[in-house]
Amino acid sequence: MFDNLSYKLDRAFKTLKGTGKITEINVASTVKEIRRALIDADVNYKVAKEVTDTIKQEALGRDVLIAVSPGQLLVKITQEELTKLMGGKKEDINLQGDPAVVLISGLQGSGKTTFSGKLAGQLKKQGRQVLLVACDIYRPAAIDQLKVLGEQIGVEVYAEPENKNALEIASRAIAHAKKTGKKTVIVDTAGRLAVDEQMMQEIEALKKALNPSETLFVVDSMTGQDAVNTAKTFDERLDFDGVVLTKLDGDTRGGAAISIRHVVNKPIKFISTGEKMENIDAFHPDRMAQRILGM
Amino acid sequence: VGKSTVDEEVLDELEEILITADVGVDTTLKVIKRIEERVARDKYLNTSELDVILREEIAGLLEENRSVDQETAFTLPEDKKPYVIMVVGVNGVGKTTTIGKLAHQFKAAGKSVVLGAADTFRAAAVDQLILWAERVDVPVISHGMHADPASVAFDTVKKAVDMHADVVIVDTAGRLHTKVNLMNELSKIKRVMQKFIPDAPHDVMLVLDGSTGQNAFVQAKEFTKATEITSLAITKLDGTAKGGVVIGISDQFKIPVKYIGVGEKVSDLQVFNRKAFVEALFQKK
Ligand SMILES: Nc1nc2c(ncn2[C@@H]2O[C@H](COP(=O)(O)OP(=O)(O)OP(=O)(O)O)[C@@H](O)[C@H]2O)c(=O)[nH]1
Ligand SMILES: Nc1nc2c(ncn2[C@@H]2O[C@H](COP(=O)(O)OP(=O)(O)OP(=O)(O)O)[C@@H](O)[C@H]2O)c(=O)[nH]1
Ligand SMILES: [K+]
Ligand SMILES: [Mg+2]
Ligand SMILES: [Mg+2]
Repeated sequence: MFDNLSYKLDRAFKTLKGTGKITEINVASTVKEIRRALIDADVNYKVAKEVTDTIKQEALGRDVLIAVSPGQLLVKITQEELTKLMGGKKEDINLQGDPAVVLISGLQGSGKTTFSGKLAGQLKKQGRQVLLVACDIYRPAAIDQLKVLGEQIGVEVYAEPENKNALEIASRAIAHAKKTGKKTVIVDTAGRLAVDEQMMQEIEALKKALNPSETLFVVDSMTGQDAVNTAKTFDERLDFDGVVLTKLDGDTRGGAAISIRHVVNKPIKFISTGEKMENIDAFHPDRMAQRILGM
Repeated sequence: VGKSTVDEEVLDELEEILITADVGVDTTLKVIKRIEERVARDKYLNTSELDVILREEIAGLLEENRSVDQETAFTLPEDKKPYVIMVVGVNGVGKTTTIGKLAHQFKAAGKSVVLGAADTFRAAAVDQLILWAERVDVPVISHGMHADPASVAFDTVKKAVDMHADVVIVDTAGRLHTKVNLMNELSKIKRVMQKFIPDAPHDVMLVLDGSTGQNAFVQAKEFTKATEITSLAITKLDGTAKGGVVIGISDQFKIPVKYIGVGEKVSDLQVFNRKAFVEALFQKK
C-alpha cells in the first residue's frame, strides 16, 4: 500500500503541476488520499480527519509543493506525524509495589489470557517471582487455559474454581503472593463489553481494591472503527496505564493503535505477535506507523 | 438525517455513518454513488425517501440465507445425514462459543448433534468445547490436546454416522489466514472428512468478530481460498460495533450470513436478518 499511496500522491501532484494549479486547495485534495489510506487501515473516521488536518498544515509549512517528489515527502511527513501521535518513544511497565499488581482488561477474545501468560514468562526470565491469578470466572475452561500456560512457563497460577467472586479471589491471591514471596501478581480477567454495566462495575471494583501499579487494556489489532468507543469507556472506568496490541503477527494494518492513542492518550506498551509464550514485544511507534501506511 | 432534501451535507453524514460502522471506503463510495444517481434521477428526493432507498441499496448487497426465519433455520436437508458443519476463523472470534450455541439450537429443533474437538492446539480448547457440550447436553468426540486435528474430524464424522446423528459440528483452532501451514491444515481436515462422506463438509462456516475492521475482508478471501466458505457468522454484535464490513464481504464473495452472536449465553445466537442488520447500522447505541 505504501507504493500505492506514494504513487497515487505523486500522480496527483504531477497532474497538478501540469496544470500549473498548485494551491492550498490542491494539497487538500491530495491529503484526502492519505485520509482514505488511514481509514482503509481502520483508523477511526473522525481521528483520521483530525490527523490529516495536522498533516496538511505540516505539509504546507514544509513546502511539499516544490519538492521533487511531493508524494514521497507527504508520505514521509505522514509517517512522522503518526509516529509522534503514537508516543514517539517506547514506554515501560510500572512494577512498583510489594507485590506489584498488574490488572489485565479488555474485550472478549482480545488475547488477555495469552498475554497474561506471556508477560508472566517475560518477567520470570528477568528474575522476578510471579503469580498469575485466574479471575475469569465466566468463560468455560478459562481457569484451565491459564493453568496450561502457567505450566508451560513454570509460573504458579492462583485459582479458586468454585468461587464466583472475582474480588475475593484476587484479594486472597495477593495475600498468597505475600506469603510465598511473589513480587509480581498478574490478574487475568474475563472479557467484557464496554456496554455491559455489571461487568464494568466488576472490573472497576477490582481495580479499586487491588490498587494495581499497572492496569493494561488488551486490544485486538484487527479491531475496526469501534476501538475508540471501547477504549474511551474502559479508560473512563479504569483509567488504565497502557495498551497491549495483540495478533500483530497477521496482516492487519492496525489503525486502531492511532485511534486509541488519539482518544485516550495512553501509551501502547506491548505487542503480541503470536500464540506462543515468547511472542511478546515492546511497542515501537515508528514501526507501527510504517505498518499502518503499508510500508 | 434531519434535513428535508438530499444534498452534500446529507451525503457526508451518510458517509460518516457507514464508515464508522466499518462498511469500508469502497463499499461506502459504492452506496453513495448509487444514492447520487437516484438523487440525480428523482430531483425531489427527500430524506425520508432517502432512508428507504438507502436501506434497500445496502440490503441488496447482503446475501441472505434462504431459510431466513427462526422456524426453518434449523431444519436440514434429508439426503445429507449427518449434515457436517466445519467452523473456521481467526483467533478469538467466537468459534467455539458459536458451536455451543448452534448445538443448542439444533437440539431444540429436535436434531441429534455431535461435536468434534479438532482444536487440539489452543490451551484448554478441548476442555472448553467439552464444557459447552455438557451445558447443551450433546456428545463430543475428542482425542485430547495435541492430537492430529484431521484424525479427530475423521473420527467425529465416523462416530456420527454410527450414532445416526443428524448434525456434526467440528471446531477448529483459531488461525490467522497469513499462516500457510495452518491454512493447509484446514484443507486437510476437510479432505479427510470427505474420505468418509464425499460431500462433507456441507457447510464451512467462517466466524467473523463483529468488531473487526477491514481485515475481515482478507480473512474472507483467504479462508475461502483454503476451504470454500459457504456461510458466515458474525459475533459480538451485542456491543457497540456494527459489523458493517460484512456488507462488502457478502457482496463480493456472495456468501450468505447465517447467524449473528449477541452474547455469551447459550441462547445468544440469532438467525441473520438483513433488514434488522441494516436497521442497526443506523441506530446510535
Ligand atoms: N495469532 C495470534 N493469536 C493470538 C495472539 N494473542 C492471543 N492469540 C489467540 O487469540 C485467541 C484468544 O486469546 P485469549 O488469550 O484466550 O483471549 P482472551 O482475551 O483471554 O479471551 P476471553 O477470556 O474469552 O475474553 C486464542 O486463540 C489465542 O491463542 C497473538 O498475538 N497472535
Ligand atoms: N459478547 C459476546 N462475546 C462473545 C460472543 N461470542 C463469543 N464471545 C466471547 O468471545 C470469547 C472468545 O470466544 P471463543 O468461542 O473462545 O472464540 P474462538 O474463536 O473459539 O477462539 P479460539 O479457539 O481461541 O480461536 C469468549 O469470551 C466468548 O465468551 C458474542 O456473540 N458476544
Ligand atoms: K477479537
Ligand atoms: Mg481469557
Ligand atoms: Mg475455539
